[in-house]
Amino acid sequence: MSQPGTDLWTLGVIVGLTVITLITRSFFFLSSREWQLPHWAQRGLQYAPIAALSAVIVPEVVMTQGQLITSWQDARLFGAAAGAAFYFVRRGQGQAVLGTIVVGMAVYLPLHLGLGW
Amino acid sequence: MVNPSADSSPLLRLRRLVTHPEFRAGAREISGVAPGLAAWGLMTGVAMVQSGMSTVEALAMTLLVFAGSSQLAAIPLIAASAPVWVILATSFCVNLRFVVFSAHLRAYVMHLPRWARLLAGYVTADMTYVLFVRRYAHPATTPAEREAQLAYLAGGGALNWASWQVASLTGIALAQSVPMHWGLGFAGILALTGVACSLASSPMRRVSAGVAGAAAVAAFALPFKLNIVFAIAVAVALSLLLERPAPPDRRGGA
Repeated sequence: MSQPGTDLWTLGVIVGLTVITLITRSFFFLSSREWQLPHWAQRGLQYAPIAALSAVIVPEVVMTQGQLITSWQDARLFGAAAGAAFYFVRRGQGQAVLGTIVVGMAVYLPLHLGLGW
Repeated sequence: MVNPSADSSPLLRLRRLVTHPEFRAGAREISGVAPGLAAWGLMTGVAMVQSGMSTVEALAMTLLVFAGSSQLAAIPLIAASAPVWVILATSFCVNLRFVVFSAHLRAYVMHLPRWARLLAGYVTADMTYVLFVRRYAHPATTPAEREAQLAYLAGGGALNWASWQVASLTGIALAQSVPMHWGLGFAGILALTGVACSLASSPMRRVSAGVAGAAAVAAFALPFKLNIVFAIAVAVALSLLLERPAPPDRRGGA
């Protein structure tokens, strides 16, 4: 099989994407000026991490091709539910997140590859 | 000399950082989510090569861009030779959540020189940020606390970077033998799920998670994955409205 060639356009885009990573991740670190977040924003930001995670997770679990799934026979539902259930049973104990991944995949893979869900 | 401390050479500071107990603590907490992130990195590596990128391009992308969701969004656009501004705008929007994170982290890192802040920002991906603010609810007030927080961030960031890169490079190498349809990338979603569960420590945070999840689905049709930032904004705004109202004398105080 022939290897696809490397072209300068793609490498240029990759450099551009690198700059985007750098700028977005350090957006509010760039300026050294004295500046404080308003009080309400400081309070609001404590809700941002879990909101960001949930906003990424939920569409990945309940949507396919941009549509809400209509069948409960979907391996992702059971995998995610099993993983979350494991977390709350084992809460506070070491590596509960690792257990979430292992238990979730142990439920997901047989359903997905075995039953085609 | 302006700076009288003799132990402030960069190498010594770096050594102090990596030998700090919090460096190991940061790495240990990331190690709990690393397998899920690694599966995600592996699939990102596979996806780059299977989209038709050359090995050099895939290597450059993983080593430089270092942002899974931004890469996954850009891969099909690059394959379709979309206009550069569309690719960069998409990446920026997918990464907008990092802008929110940087607002949150600002008070924690402003004691550093600018180059170090940029480096800290660059290596601080989702999990590094989430675990960091989970461990440290407030910015440090003493030099010793600052050192500890920085060591934790560095430890988590270093292990996160290394495990992501190893997994992505493995994906690039094995691209022809790992079938996408296995759905191994789901392990990444499970890693995020586990961390989300660990953050669900108050009723209002659970409300925030529920609102954000529903809003992200409802707004899924927005271009450039803007549904994620939209969902964060809705969830944070609603949580602020629903939590016990701030005393009236705080109004206008900011």
